[in-house]
Amino acid sequence: MLLIQCPYCQEDRPEIEFQGAGEAHIARPANIADISDAEFSEYFFIRDNTKGIVFERWRHTHGCGRFFNAVRNSISDKFIMTYKAGEPKPELTEEQIKAAAPISKKPAADKPEPSPSKAEKAK
Amino acid sequence: MDDVLQIEPLAGRRFAATGIALEPAPFCERFSLRAGPEEVAEVGKEIGIALPVKPKSSKTLKKISALWLGPDEWLIMAAPETGLSAKMSKLDGTLCSAVDVSHRNTAIYVEGPNALAVLNAGCPQNLSLTAFPKGACSRTIIGKSEIILLRESPERFRVECWRSFSDYVWNFLVDAGKSAQI
Repeated sequence: MLLIQCPYCQEDRPEIEFQGAGEAHIARPANIADISDAEFSEYFFIRDNTKGIVFERWRHTHGCGRFFNAVRNSISDKFIMTYKAGEPKPELTEEQIKAAAPISKKPAADKPEPSPSKAEKAK
Repeated sequence: MDDVLQIEPLAGRRFAATGIALEPAPFCERFSLRAGPEEVAEVGKEIGIALPVKPKSSKTLKKISALWLGPDEWLIMAAPETGLSAKMSKLDGTLCSAVDVSHRNTAIYVEGPNALAVLNAGCPQNLSLTAFPKGACSRTIIGKSEIILLRESPERFRVECWRSFSDYVWNFLVDAGKSAQI
């Protein structure tokens, strides 16, 4: 089971107590009545859906009940950090990003796949 | 509260097995209290118990218990004779919310050396004495139901659950109790 750090309870709690609530840091336009339908749909429906590092809202539903923000790698599912709602987007260090990177199964780019042998080509 | 029917959905039920005993808790008054950081001290003064502000902590004074549920949320519980609702009505004029949830919840006592194993059959939290000492409380999950767990002593827990879920929670604990002795 995944353990998630709740910034309000200040400890790691089991994943089952939490609910994900979509992308974080989406500001509601102050002039919501004036914007066009296209602008509204951009704000309301369109999400980045990044592959890799994502900033998300989470809620400790079956705990303190609070919304907070989390930084997560969407490929490896590893949490980098969590922070209280309303706090600015944190700067991530290289080490933090590396620690959450998925374990690569593909061979490294500088080692090309072996080309088929002459015998196989002859067939 | 004299004119209010005291609903006890688990009345008459008992369960005991090796190292575990389940017992429905008697009726008590409960309030769901919400207050901001600036009002905490004032609210505590009015109801006569300083509200705990540390996560997962509770405080009991003169048969009134205050359980920390969130940074601005507490569950206040007291036996009917303490007159909790009269104390709560003193909060009129203070910026806070106090909702009577006496009948929303009911409670089960889980007691015995196997209490930990029985609860951990459905509760994913670390309930060891270091992580969850005496007096610790938390809203969490058991099986498919949300509960509020309070450790009254190393081997005695109070499980607060919603009245309509109490049958499920009771049967879940009984099943876990039966397998705990194997």
